[in-house]
Amino acid sequence: MARFRLLGRALACAGLAAAVGFGSARAAQAAWAPSKTVEFIVPAGTGGGADQMARVLQGIIQKHSLMSQALVVINKAGGAGAEGFLDVKGSARNPHKIIITLSNLFTTPLATGVPFKWEDMTPVAMLALDEFVLWVNAKAPYKTAKDFVDAAKAGAANEFKMGGTGSKQEDQIITAAIEQATGTKFTYIPYKGGGDVAAQLVGGHVTASVNNPIEAVAQWRAGELKPLCVFDGKRIPLTEKVTDTMSWGDIPTCKESGLDIEYLMLRGIFMGPGATPEQVAFYVDLFKRVRETPEWKDFMAKGAFNTTFMADTEYKTWLGKAAETHRALMEKAGFLAK
Amino acid sequence: MDALLSLVHGFGVLADPMNILYMFLGIFLGVLIGVLPGLGGANGVAILLPLTFSMSPVSGIIMLSSIYWGALFGGAITSILFNIPGEPWSVATTFDGYPMAQKGRAGEALATAFTGSFFGAFVATLLLTFLAPVIARFALQFGPAEFFAVYLLTFCSFVGMGRESPFKVIAAMMLGFALAAVGIDTVTGQLRMTFGSTELLRGFDFLVAVIGLFGVGEILLTMEEGLAFKGKSAKISPRVVLQVWKELPKYWLTAIRSAIVGCWMGITPGGATPASFMSYGLAKRFSRNGKRFGSGELEGVLAPETAAHAAGTSALLPMLTLGIPGSPTAAVLLGGLLIWGLQPGPLLFVEQRDFVWGLIASIYLSNVAGLIVVLSTVPFFAAILRIPFSIIAPVILVICAVGAYTVHNALMDISVMLVFGVIGYVFKKLSYPLAPLVLALVLGDMAESSFRQAMLLSQGNMSIFWANPLVGTIVTLALAMLFWPVLSAAMDRLRSPARSREAALPAK
Repeated sequence: MARFRLLGRALACAGLAAAVGFGSARAAQAAWAPSKTVEFIVPAGTGGGADQMARVLQGIIQKHSLMSQALVVINKAGGAGAEGFLDVKGSARNPHKIIITLSNLFTTPLATGVPFKWEDMTPVAMLALDEFVLWVNAKAPYKTAKDFVDAAKAGAANEFKMGGTGSKQEDQIITAAIEQATGTKFTYIPYKGGGDVAAQLVGGHVTASVNNPIEAVAQWRAGELKPLCVFDGKRIPLTEKVTDTMSWGDIPTCKESGLDIEYLMLRGIFMGPGATPEQVAFYVDLFKRVRETPEWKDFMAKGAFNTTFMADTEYKTWLGKAAETHRALMEKAGFLAK
Repeated sequence: MDALLSLVHGFGVLADPMNILYMFLGIFLGVLIGVLPGLGGANGVAILLPLTFSMSPVSGIIMLSSIYWGALFGGAITSILFNIPGEPWSVATTFDGYPMAQKGRAGEALATAFTGSFFGAFVATLLLTFLAPVIARFALQFGPAEFFAVYLLTFCSFVGMGRESPFKVIAAMMLGFALAAVGIDTVTGQLRMTFGSTELLRGFDFLVAVIGLFGVGEILLTMEEGLAFKGKSAKISPRVVLQVWKELPKYWLTAIRSAIVGCWMGITPGGATPASFMSYGLAKRFSRNGKRFGSGELEGVLAPETAAHAAGTSALLPMLTLGIPGSPTAAVLLGGLLIWGLQPGPLLFVEQRDFVWGLIASIYLSNVAGLIVVLSTVPFFAAILRIPFSIIAPVILVICAVGAYTVHNALMDISVMLVFGVIGYVFKKLSYPLAPLVLALVLGDMAESSFRQAMLLSQGNMSIFWANPLVGTIVTLALAMLFWPVLSAAMDRLRSPARSREAALPAK
């Protein structure tokens, strides 16, 4: 650790020298830039989706020298991410701390009653949205989402087992939404990570999953799993073949298959409360430049992400709506903390 | 044959001198990371991951996996010398390793640990080379019920055999379960026993507890006993290694059993930590020297280290073939694969031959390299014991504090560590065993969630634990282990009256 702090400091000095050199030219462009190492909080454990994205960002920023200061990824996963969010909430006017969110931004406070909400922090930008796909084992008899729903309706209550990541988070919310839309009852089994869920589905321990594309793509390509529909308003705009016969774009939307559910997970950036517009502008600009790099584009395509980018008012409006949707879905499903 | 050709191909990929350089660099960093408690393999790999983005995937994985092997080797060092496990999987190594060091046999213990590690890794790598696809299919059969059965087997192979009173064992274990339950409940998504405190959201991390219980606790005990390390007069020379190698073949059965347990736990994936505990428990039960375990037996060091390294290595198998990480470090490596644009899964072996076989070949080489690095440093590490206690104790305390802080970057954890230190001291004074507490703390969480997942699947029907031959066998085996002392005592009693009656008959 110590060694890397030192390295960071050395880089910082170099950066400072560079900043002095370019001083006059730069000052006109950006009114604010970080003056020390920036902490990048991940409100989830190492190895998960948010963590991966944060480390890709760290790598890209470092490789292309997009920032004069070092960026350090710190995992604060306690209490389904509450630890990380409370840390940022408590870091008012500290522009050297940013956080990447997943849907636990909305679900954790509702499910656990830990006091924080998205308005407690300063929204910076939406980096991407994560898609969700309804998967079943390749040997299962269902060809479409409609077949699946019909079979679930015909089966006994709790006969169909849905595997998912975590409890009262995105996967279970989608499961609840399917239950509400179809009037069937699933048994939801919470697992630790998306990789576990995909493997459990291959092993036939659960009937279906709503894994993110990146979590299940390997098993899909190996002919172990098959996708039934994607929970987005329109199909994924990727036409390159992933398996011998299908591309991401060939998966119908759930709405096309008569299951009118849309759910996308936010991959966005926030800062602590009280950040100035100049500070926010610096990070928005930083992530805009990240989006231009080939590594980021490649990462987005591999994970079949929805690459919508938002900042400012547009982002805030989206957040407000998403928070409402989550509250409504979770209230209906009875997931709210008492 | 196919596998052999591929392996040769893999060594070809490895022949790049830069790759060899990355390998040694990785091993060296890994040993350092392993020595520092708290800074585990997972953290170390995560920190260094971004550095590898500019390398080719093959070089990147070679360096990162070498860090992992280094950490697996290094974890044993502080366990043996100071009773402070550098890594979770080396907790079981302290049970006999530290008493050996106290008797002045630190060099022997270290040499045994490293050799065992190497043997475990070697067996696991053979498995990875020749049986990967077959074993991947086997791993898929593990659902929640099977996972619970494995955890149950770990507990059962470990309890009911200590010298302490069974009530004290149970008390310590229950305390461990209670501490493991603090934080978020993954099955319902509710907070448990956090009492509205932000600091308690994290729960009690096993590593922080272990650093406190063992490290700080040990320093407190040593201070009471006279401000000096026992065994500091130990003479250490390279000859010790040769002596140990001469003695080790005697324990071939333990070594092979531990390697099998390790491979199995790595693949299923239970992980290196349960593997080390289970293997120690089994060795204690089945070894002729079993009764002397805990007082400094070579075999008691060999068993957990062999199993831990076998499990750590074979944990790569489900990661590569299924995309399920078998250990936290494997989880971070998995993230690395995705970042390099490689998709772990059944097709990886077909589509990325260079990568997969380069990696497998590097495991052979880097474990040899690792063994050389750590064995040649045995005298150096053992020499640390000759530093006066008054100098080394504060240094150890600082390293412990840094380690506890690094786990979650939380200042609070240092206080938690100190509290655990006092608990560890009190436990020792009242002769409560620490091992059951630690075991419950590390496995309690996983055992609980797999049990509840299984109950959800079966709608509360316990018969799920005998639903198929696989799970039924493991559960029955576990129960047999648990009641073994009672059973064997009962059998003895049945047999001895019979014998005495027989003896009495002719007299009539």
